[in-house]
Amino acid sequence: MATKASRSAARVMMAPAVVLLLGWMLVPLIMTLWFSFTKYLPLRGDSIERGLDWVGFSNYSRFISSNAFWPSVQTTLIMVGGVLLITVVLGVLLAMLLDQPLWGQGVVRILVIAPFFVMPTVSALVWKNMLMDPVNGIFSHLWRFFGAEPVAWLQDASLTSIIMIASWQWLPFATLILLTAIQSLDSEQLEAAEMDGAPALKRFWFIVLPHLGRAITIVILIQTIFLLSIFAEIFVTTGGAFGTRTLTYLIFQRVIDSQNIGLGSAGGVYAIILANIVAIFLMRIVGKNLDA
Amino acid sequence: MARAVTTNRKIITTAVAWTIALILFFPIFWTILTSFKTEAQAINDPPLFFNFDWTLENYAVVQERSDYMKFLWNSIIIAGGSTILGILIAIPAAWSMAFVPSVRTKDILLWMLSTKMLPAVGVLYPISLIFVEFNLLDTRLGLIVVLMLINLPIIVWMLYTYFREIPGEILEAARMDGATLRDEILYVLTPMAVPGIASTLLLNFILAWNEAFWTLNLTAANAAPLTAFIASYSSPEGLFFAKLSAASTMAIAPILILGWFSQKQLVRGLTFGAVK
Repeated sequence: MATKASRSAARVMMAPAVVLLLGWMLVPLIMTLWFSFTKYLPLRGDSIERGLDWVGFSNYSRFISSNAFWPSVQTTLIMVGGVLLITVVLGVLLAMLLDQPLWGQGVVRILVIAPFFVMPTVSALVWKNMLMDPVNGIFSHLWRFFGAEPVAWLQDASLTSIIMIASWQWLPFATLILLTAIQSLDSEQLEAAEMDGAPALKRFWFIVLPHLGRAITIVILIQTIFLLSIFAEIFVTTGGAFGTRTLTYLIFQRVIDSQNIGLGSAGGVYAIILANIVAIFLMRIVGKNLDA
Repeated sequence: MARAVTTNRKIITTAVAWTIALILFFPIFWTILTSFKTEAQAINDPPLFFNFDWTLENYAVVQERSDYMKFLWNSIIIAGGSTILGILIAIPAAWSMAFVPSVRTKDILLWMLSTKMLPAVGVLYPISLIFVEFNLLDTRLGLIVVLMLINLPIIVWMLYTYFREIPGEILEAARMDGATLRDEILYVLTPMAVPGIASTLLLNFILAWNEAFWTLNLTAANAAPLTAFIASYSSPEGLFFAKLSAASTMAIAPILILGWFSQKQLVRGLTFGAVK
């Protein structure tokens, strides 16, 4: 079908998108790489015009050996892991529930999906003030109602709070995708298993869960990429205090607050490598699907 | 007997599902409700549900004090501009990939997607340097360009999956009848792809509207959209619950409505066609 003329036309028409994305990826990436090997402190007068001093790998080793690095990795892992665990487990259960016949399915779906559309700064502030405020928040009213001492969420359980906020934002995403996957499950297979006397738990374990395997993997990968770079939720709640400084936030502080561009860029390179490791797995799955 | 069991089961399922849905929706419901209270009623103990004097005062105060309309306008321009620009660049690219695929098409698609995975914080400083250099800092144009580039892979990808569902024979027939490439895309492909283009538009408008890294870091007073406007409530104004609620409600209401319309296309757009 494709003629020679249409081939060259195709190349021309693809060019703008490809060139723009190539520039968008390469230019900042090369600059970050360059800065990461230099001493670059704009507040002390370093600038590109005056030339930056080459310092080799010292920013990389300093970033890793700083006191803040390992705690930030740990915080990142706990946060991402916690949100993934909550959203995937609850997402599977919720998707299975919404797959059952029930009254008002459309409205229920809309209510469940809604949190995904709330902009991150709004979710973070609404949770911080209206739900988690230790004096006037809804949670404090609830706790007092049951005779418990209200919790100062964002100070005493700060990381848990961030995990709760992010889980609330991402549960709709997980549920929606898992629900779509569950609906493609052949119901006859389940009915046959039921007639053969397989108990509900076994049906779930041997039929539903394997069927959901791929969708769960995709949910995990996509969410991981977004969760690794969570920013606004921390920015407006704790500002990185009380043990909520993730790797992303640490790099942000190095670059913006302490204006140490060399050090921050080295951190940025670590973050890019980390994200790419996850991305490779995602690309494999998406790529395989493209062949089918 | 069997019927009674199913009805009972349906009642239980309905009750459980509604309870969970209402709990998940509660923070949004509570925000909307609180926006109609006075500040004193907003922090009343016990919390007031419907038995308060409804007022629109907060909305007036928020608009008056912070020039809400300016932020709203910025959000509309930035989200709308970046989406439309992205679509214009993506349509020809997606056309090429869907109808004149080559051996490299798949690699290009995957590579485009991989640019989306670049952590923003890793390139924050270079981008701000470039912005300073080109006088783009705190301008709507700058944000339009950045958000367009961020969402371009998703736009190309979504359009590609929609275009692939259009039979190539129709385009070929148009070509046989002497249609030029431009005519083919403009008058044959685009009308057929309108539903797909519309849902791509919708989803990417939502993503751009809610984007909260670049909009917070590259704007100050002039080009700040609603995400930055709300972030300014983080303290101490955040303690004024009713006003925070009014501001939040105004920031999320348009997107909640658009989002409900687009929920059917969400899965395709967000999983790059990997879940059907």
